[in-house]
Parts: sequence; structure tokens; C-alpha cells
Amino acid sequence: MAEAIKITTPLTDEQVEKLRVGDSVLITGVIYTGRDAAHKRLVELLAEGKPLPFDVKGQLIYYVGPSPARPGMPIGSAGPTTSYRMDPYAPALIRQGLKGMIGKGEMGAEVAQALQAHKAVYFAAVGGAAALIAKSILKSEVVAYEDLGAEAIQRLEVKNFPAIVAQDCHGGNIYREGRAKYEVK
Amino acid sequence: MREIHVDQVVKTVAELCIAANYELDEDVIESFRHFREKEESPTARAILDQLIENAAIAREGLFPMCQDTGFAVLFVEIGQEVHIVGGDLWEALNEGVRKGYGEGYLRKSIVADPLRRVNTKDNTPPVVWTEIVPGDKLTITVAPKGGGSENMSEVRMLRPADGVEGVKNFVVDRVSRSGGNPCPPVIVGVGIGGTFDKCAWLAKKALLRPIGQRHPDPFYADMEVELLERINRLGIGPQGLGGRTTALDVHVEVYPCHIASLPAAVNMQCHAARHKTAVI
Repeated sequence: MAEAIKITTPLTDEQVEKLRVGDSVLITGVIYTGRDAAHKRLVELLAEGKPLPFDVKGQLIYYVGPSPARPGMPIGSAGPTTSYRMDPYAPALIRQGLKGMIGKGEMGAEVAQALQAHKAVYFAAVGGAAALIAKSILKSEVVAYEDLGAEAIQRLEVKNFPAIVAQDCHGGNIYREGRAKYEVK
Repeated sequence: MREIHVDQVVKTVAELCIAANYELDEDVIESFRHFREKEESPTARAILDQLIENAAIAREGLFPMCQDTGFAVLFVEIGQEVHIVGGDLWEALNEGVRKGYGEGYLRKSIVADPLRRVNTKDNTPPVVWTEIVPGDKLTITVAPKGGGSENMSEVRMLRPADGVEGVKNFVVDRVSRSGGNPCPPVIVGVGIGGTFDKCAWLAKKALLRPIGQRHPDPFYADMEVELLERINRLGIGPQGLGGRTTALDVHVEVYPCHIASLPAAVNMQCHAARHKTAVI
């Protein structure tokens, strides 16, 4: 595999445009966590015309429900959760300027269209590689919805968080292309 | 009768919950290495490398190997010469899970009711399967089962006329439709025969067999090898990103069957193939 591309958040249109499916990346900077319940609330706020609890412009949201942190540690194990459950919510956030998501498994057609229309990118982290990923997370703090427990929105400071570009802003989709390439009929 | 105190059951279950989540068995890690050598996709190779490194980090004991530390599925073989004393076995199994998931900093993923969905906050209750066996031992296996792979599992009531090919096509099709969602490379547990419920249980129990260990009946051993080859031709690859390594193994378990029926079940196991056993 080619050398990993180092990227730092927040991301710009120009950075996103350079990323292609299959690229291996190491992400440094701030990323936000969020999964089903938190997304539902964010999208409800948008529908009501209210501000979000954090500015999503240029940011990445990581679909994760970590295991509990040991005392003195920033986080527990923190691998990605399945992304298609966020399909109904992701396009609305991308329209607000969100530059990408990190999860596992293919995302749907509306998400793919939003990635192209607004220059955003979907990264796959390795499902189950949760101990490895946790080592790249230096700090975590809850920024919203503490009542949701493991599903609260957290602000993570990460260094060299490993991921792979799975669906890019040019219509590329590694789930389709990768499988087609290695399928034996 | 040999007496076994419930306190010993609690302690054993707690230890097994923790060990299963932190220590991936060597047969699985060896299988990652084996398929990594054969893998043609550079992305797939990089993922398998991450899985090998992840298992090593988890073994250090600070982080479980996956954040989804699963539903605690317990297989309990009770020797018919065993007398449980000091309390209720079911309560002891629950307490063991509560203690293990608390002390091991494991994620609590169980909701008390499937529709009202309030978390029990201690990962209880477990799913418990008991079998009465000869002897005076209690054998407990804890197999934490993650939601992602469990969601891609299925029972199908085939017709006897569908036969061997019908079963094989069902298994391959189930894996194909699952794509990257169950966190491949997977281990595919297949149950054939019995009743609707027994067949699902067989598929789950099949996941406990070590990777590479074939069914003792050559007919089913051959079926396992053929299914593994067919599944690895699908191209899904690790995490669904493309490659030759979609499954690490296929394990088939069978049971006698009604003349009218041919139940078949597929239980998908992600690469975090966790299970630990203790004999009391």
C-alpha cells in the first residue's frame, strides 16, 4: 500500500478533492463523535432552524460508541460502528459544511450525492481495530448530549488516526470497485 | 454428587468475560497471518496487519479488542453428578457477567426490552444455553457476540428437495448480501437440521470450534472447504474494501431432522472471534 497521506482537520474543499478511494490516511486534529441518537437530535435542530451544539464546518464526525475509559485514560476502545444507520442524517449535516464522516460499511446513494455536491468524503476505519485506534486518541471531552452516555457527542483530539478513503467526492466507492476487482466469477 | 458453590461460578464467569474480550486466541491470529500472505489486495493486507497489531495491543490489557464487547452468550455444560450450592445458578451467571463487564471496563450494550430500549447498564442478562452432560464437572464458555455480525445472521426453512446445493447457495448468498457490514474477515457458523430453533443454536455453537478444525464427518468437512473457497471468491475482502480474504473459516454443525423439513442457519462471526472456556 502507498504511503499514508497525512491530513489535519478542519478540512478544505481543496484537501477533499485530492482524496481518492483506496487512499490510506492518518488524521490529526479534532474530530467529533456521534451516532444514531445524537444524529437524530442534530437533524431535528436543523429542521427547527436552530443552531447546532458545535460548528460542523470543515469538521469530521466519527461514528463510534466507545467502551468505558479506565481511570486516567482519555477513552476506551473506539472502533467504528456501522455507518448505513446514519444515512438518513448525513446529507443534512454535509449541506451545513461537514467535510466528512468516519465509520464502517457502505453509505447510501443520497450520501454519495451529497459528498459530490458539497465536496465531502467518507472514510472507513477498520471495524474491530478498536484498541489500535484508541491509541491515536489523545483527549476526549463531551460537547453535547451527556445524557446519551456512550452516544454523547464528544470532541476528540487525535494524532495519526488510521483510516481509508471509502467513498470520495468524485463518485468513487471502494465497496463496489474493490469487490468487483477481486471477485472470481 | 459433587458440590460446586455459586461463588465459584460468579468468579469464573467474570474472569472469562474479561479474558474473552482482551485475549484473541492464537488460532485466529495465526489465520490473519496465513491469509495476509495469500492476499493480493494491498488495502486488505494493510487491514490484516492492523488486526494483528490490534490483537497485540488488546492483550496488554488496557483496551478490549473491540469497543462492542458484545452480548454475553454463555454455554454451560452441567455434569449430571454436579450439585450447585449456595444460591441460584441463573443469578450467579448474571452476577458473573455484571462483575466482569464492570471490572473489565467493557461496554454495556444490552437494553432491557427490545422495543422500549432502556440500557440495563451492566450488560445483563446474558443469553444462556445449558446442556446436561455425564460427569461431575461444570464447563462454562463465554462467547461475547457483537451486534454488527449478529445482525447479518439468518435462519431459513428450506425444502428437503433443495438439498445440499440449496443449503450451500443459501450460505454463500447470506455472506454475499452482508458485504462489509459484519466486519470481515468472518467466521461462518452453519447449522443444518434439527428444528427452527435447534438449527440456529447449531450455527452459534459452530463458532466455538477452532479455526482450521474440520467436521469429523468427511462429507461435512468437504462442504466446509468448498463453502470457504466459494465465499473467498466473492471479492468482499477485509471490511468489504475488496480482497481475497472474506472468511477465515466455515464451520458446519448438523442434527437429525424431520422428514418434512430442512432448516439451515448462518451465524456470522466478525474477526473478533471471542470465546473462552473454563472447567470447574
